[in-house]
Amino acid sequence: MPLSRDVFLKGHIDKLGVLIAILAAYGAWSPFASLRANRIVQGEGFGLFSALPAPMAWLLVAIILMGSLVALFRREASPRILAAATVLMALAALVGEAAAHLTPSENNYARVAPATGFWLLLFAFSLLAADGISRMRPDPKLRLAYLIATVGILSLIILSGAWTDLSVMKEYAARDDVFWREASRHLALALGSLGAAALIGIPLGVVCERVPAIRATVLTTLNLVQTIPSIALFGILIAPLGWLAIHVPGAYAIGIRGIGAAPAFVALFLYSMLPMVANTVAGLAAVPRESREAARGLGMTSAQRLFQVEFPLALPVILTAIRIVLVQNIGLATIAALIGGGGFGTFVFQGLGQMATDLVLLGALPTVGLAFFSAVVLDALIDMNSIVPARKEAR
Amino acid sequence: MIEIDGVSKIYDGKTVVDDVTLTIEPRTITVIVGTSGSGKTTLLRMINRLVELDAGTIRLDGEDNRTIRGYELRRRIGYAIQGHGLFPHQTVAENIGVVPRLIGWGRKRTDDKVRELLSLFQLPPEQFISRYPHELSGGEQQRVGVARALAAEPNVLLMDEPFGALDPIIRSRAQDDLLAIQKHFSTTIILVTHDMNEAFHLADKIAVMDAGRLLQYGTPEELVRNPANGFVEAMIGVSERPFRLLSMGRVAEVVEPGEATGPAIDPGASQQEALAQMLWTGRRAAPVISPEGQVAARITLESIFKRAKGKS
Repeated sequence: MPLSRDVFLKGHIDKLGVLIAILAAYGAWSPFASLRANRIVQGEGFGLFSALPAPMAWLLVAIILMGSLVALFRREASPRILAAATVLMALAALVGEAAAHLTPSENNYARVAPATGFWLLLFAFSLLAADGISRMRPDPKLRLAYLIATVGILSLIILSGAWTDLSVMKEYAARDDVFWREASRHLALALGSLGAAALIGIPLGVVCERVPAIRATVLTTLNLVQTIPSIALFGILIAPLGWLAIHVPGAYAIGIRGIGAAPAFVALFLYSMLPMVANTVAGLAAVPRESREAARGLGMTSAQRLFQVEFPLALPVILTAIRIVLVQNIGLATIAALIGGGGFGTFVFQGLGQMATDLVLLGALPTVGLAFFSAVVLDALIDMNSIVPARKEAR
Repeated sequence: MIEIDGVSKIYDGKTVVDDVTLTIEPRTITVIVGTSGSGKTTLLRMINRLVELDAGTIRLDGEDNRTIRGYELRRRIGYAIQGHGLFPHQTVAENIGVVPRLIGWGRKRTDDKVRELLSLFQLPPEQFISRYPHELSGGEQQRVGVARALAAEPNVLLMDEPFGALDPIIRSRAQDDLLAIQKHFSTTIILVTHDMNEAFHLADKIAVMDAGRLLQYGTPEELVRNPANGFVEAMIGVSERPFRLLSMGRVAEVVEPGEATGPAIDPGASQQEALAQMLWTGRRAAPVISPEGQVAARITLESIFKRAKGKS
């Protein structure tokens, strides 16, 4: 029949599916977990069948095979999402199982960590999940629901103790009090500097949009700040903040120091200003001329025009700035640890110093997760606030 | 009544509106025509003080418009522009309710007004109330724009090329709608356009502007019969003159007793339409239906000839 011939010739095989299948095959072949005698020595890799009891290994192989076949031959969104979710949950459950299986009993020094194979499989099927979700074109609320479900499943796995024997969780267990302190510091740094930048940057953007004379100066200055490397900026701030702490009464009392959280906060704030101001200016400038003209002609005062017409129309662009700044700050806040600012960076740099990869991961993984989480939440917010394109797409 | 008295506007040493004086009678439609750059839009925008005048005064019912705060003045005067200027982030109902909200009408009153206006513009409220502007056709957007301008029941409505973005068929329908709306609310309308046909279709009085000056202000018929100068004559179109006169007169004005053959003509039709029908069917006279539906009168080419004659 010509139809089926056509389908066959055009290749019913999904291109991304090929990549996923190759990654999965290579991942299944590579060491799944590694065992080290203690937290800093080189580890020894174990393949699927040595890292897991045989029935579980076979089960995982079967699930991976099924996932790869779906990736290759099924183009609809829901089977792809379902397959990816199944593989990812199996991986999550079995990596904990591998840790329990490999750890010699009564040995507190041995460390089991996921190895190349696990990471490749994780990457391959995250790709499949992302592809499936983007094919489904979910509306913002559904995307938020997916996010909450993912966070919920991860928390359940962690709380259930399935990962207790994994090296990262052992590092966590040794530092659980410090971890949450650094986590809250990290968030306070990233969110606080974002809040300050929004509070000052958005009004400054409004002024810049209305007074072209100062626009160029402000944007050039902020652009210049952006080009200073982060560590250099931390360094530059040490002297003036240290001076302030000593010479301005009360400055020390509210936490201003040459090193520590204050310069980190100021640096993140300065980096945040360019996106905030530039996007506010761009968002306001993109408000249709007729809308402004009508708002004035209908008798709105200049404040009413700003809040009822210009801001709502510029909001998606301003939210985009907040998204950029938040993701950027969550990443940059890691570096604050270098000057004693705290945050997840503390673990990263401690880990680097001790050559302890697991400790680096204890800092890096939550940072990546947090950045991803914020990006998804803000993207959803942006879509919810840009009525026009969102509804057009929905049709 | 709107009195524009010796008004001028100067931008960077260039006079865009030059000592214009005209008085607009209440409950009439005045159309300001001119080429682009003639100062017609600036003159319009000085009435609601979107542009501040440099000399002269504008009085609304005797009250100098500078004694009222700009935004308060604008809430009392309707304003519709080319390309509608609807707010893309607000629904049709929110757009129409803008001025009522600004002046503090209650929710119920605003809501009723929105529904009333939508029905009046033949946009079924249930269908349109929660739509967004981008979901409407060009003609619907334009109607919502005019409805918004009328929402707070202003006595005066300013319109700046309101039909400029519409295609010819929708445009002529929008013009008819405007005439009906004007009758319904007795609003004083001042409309700016560069389209002479639009001016003749709508205007009780036409003001012709060029290079900031008011060249002539009068009824359409006065303009055709006695143009103030060559520019006004050219704007009207020399070869259009007899037809402009016929387009303003109704068949009922020139009927005479008598009989004629062929299809009858409605007494409310314009004389131009009657002429066209008679030319097309090769008749020298046509029957006219009386309001009672009987044929007791006729219209003749002779009477149309007399009517279309400008000068001897």
